[in-house]
Amino acid sequence: MESRATRIGFGIAAALVLAFLWIPILIILAYAFNGSILQTWPVQNLTLHWFREAWHDQEVRSALWLSVKIGLISTAVALVLGTAASFAISRFQFFGRESVSFLLLLPIALPGIITGMALSSFYTFAGIGFSIWTIVIGHATFCVVVVYNNVLARLRRTSPSLIEASMDLGADGWQTFRFVVWPVLSTALVAGGLLAFALSFDEVIVTTFTAGAQTTLPIWILDTIQRGQQLPVVNAVVFFVVVLTVIPVIVSQRLTQDSGLLRRR
Amino acid sequence: MSELAQSGAPVRSARLRLSAELWRRPWLKVVALLALPVLAFAVVYLGSLVALFISSFWQVDAFTGKIVHTWTFANFSSLIHDPVYRRIAFRTIWIAAAVTVADAILAFPLAYFMARLAPPRLRALLFVLVLLPLWTSYLVRIYAWRTILAKDGALNWALNGLGLPDANLAYTNTAMWIVFSYVWLPFMVLPVYAALERIPDSYLEASQDLGGRSWRTFRSVILPLALPGIVAGSIFTFSLTLGDFITPALVGGANSQFIGNVVHSYVGISNNVPLAAAFAVVPVIVMAVYLLVAKRLGAFEAL
Repeated sequence: MESRATRIGFGIAAALVLAFLWIPILIILAYAFNGSILQTWPVQNLTLHWFREAWHDQEVRSALWLSVKIGLISTAVALVLGTAASFAISRFQFFGRESVSFLLLLPIALPGIITGMALSSFYTFAGIGFSIWTIVIGHATFCVVVVYNNVLARLRRTSPSLIEASMDLGADGWQTFRFVVWPVLSTALVAGGLLAFALSFDEVIVTTFTAGAQTTLPIWILDTIQRGQQLPVVNAVVFFVVVLTVIPVIVSQRLTQDSGLLRRR
Repeated sequence: MSELAQSGAPVRSARLRLSAELWRRPWLKVVALLALPVLAFAVVYLGSLVALFISSFWQVDAFTGKIVHTWTFANFSSLIHDPVYRRIAFRTIWIAAAVTVADAILAFPLAYFMARLAPPRLRALLFVLVLLPLWTSYLVRIYAWRTILAKDGALNWALNGLGLPDANLAYTNTAMWIVFSYVWLPFMVLPVYAALERIPDSYLEASQDLGGRSWRTFRSVILPLALPGIVAGSIFTFSLTLGDFITPALVGGANSQFIGNVVHSYVGISNNVPLAAAFAVVPVIVMAVYLLVAKRLGAFEAL
């Protein structure tokens, strides 16, 4: 439909925008192998030294461990709450349904700084001291949304008559869940869970308000960049963080691709 | 359904009876499913937001540093009357708008190519190539630009290679504009792509049959139909820029403070939560107005 010139023009523009998206990421990944302590481009004397340095750094280790713990707990909370809510919203009509779905989306509609501040003043009011749990509560608010959206999308594409059919054939609730609902949902749950973990693992804004003196990995990165010291170690950590968040995204992308099964016709 | 998983009754007939009972009373299931999430959200999240809003009408005692629970508009009036706050609020909103425009211009050709020109396999690949930067830590992406824009960074290296002088962009408002546009670009590409993909080919054929040249077709058919997608994307680019304080802190200069930076320092360093809360109300109001306009432009159907 489009003329040849238009096609080529759009093709070139699209390639340029993609280059704009990717070049900075590739550059920062290359810095992880920089042999010099100075942050100059191009990278010189390639080395793996900084990975070893980062691995043996006690601060990095404890920050990483804290981030992993928070990610796992927030994801678990999000899986339970997000799945329950998406079932209620997709399968039932009830008073206040719209408000509930709006309420669940609020944490991603409002800027993170509002969520962070609100929670931090809530903790102050309630006299709750900062702990790993104050961070988990902050992360769970937006992780729930991710799981909720993923599961909701899957439920919308699945016909509710599958469950009715299973009940008609004499299955009880548990059997229906085990043999009908679970196979349909499992990949959406894994995908939602992975995305929630990725989101929690590199969240900074809400965390700065809910962490107190604790240091998660992104907070360690932010502090170290601002101090301007140990930048080569930061580069190695950054490489690791990028890889660790990219893998779950690719896996979840694979899992949510439509298999064509169980579609509503 | 999932709540039945917990019943675990050993006798099958009892489980069947329970299933039947629940089937007859759907409201019971709704209550069981929603009790936990709604309680958690309504109490913790909404409660926090309300607490934040209320505290914006309180004051901090200058001597003790404690919050005084007396109702006052003092925070808001000092925000309105102090030119420093006004300048910061204006800068935040202005850059958020500039970022939104830049992202719309950058996102369109890529989204158009993905939606209408790329063969299916290439389209799937492009989709992943847009999605991955979105999920790559945004802190990392800001840091990447901090090193690129630095004096010995990749940008000046490339410019010098072309025989051009250094671009002294590091720690300026221009740097913030570039970095914000970069960081939120995928949020614009995806909804515009979704909007463009939904345009039926027959619309374009009809336009051509009626004598519309490509520019006319673009302006009168494609652009109006893409608009809801652009507005949907702009909700993200605008809102995320309004609430940010990491980008100004990492790539901004001395005159680059955002609302977020002021709020952050009032909460963290000077411990003046009421004033911070009052300032945080500004982006919320701006966003509320923006969302109302977006809703009228049909952006919510495009999300």
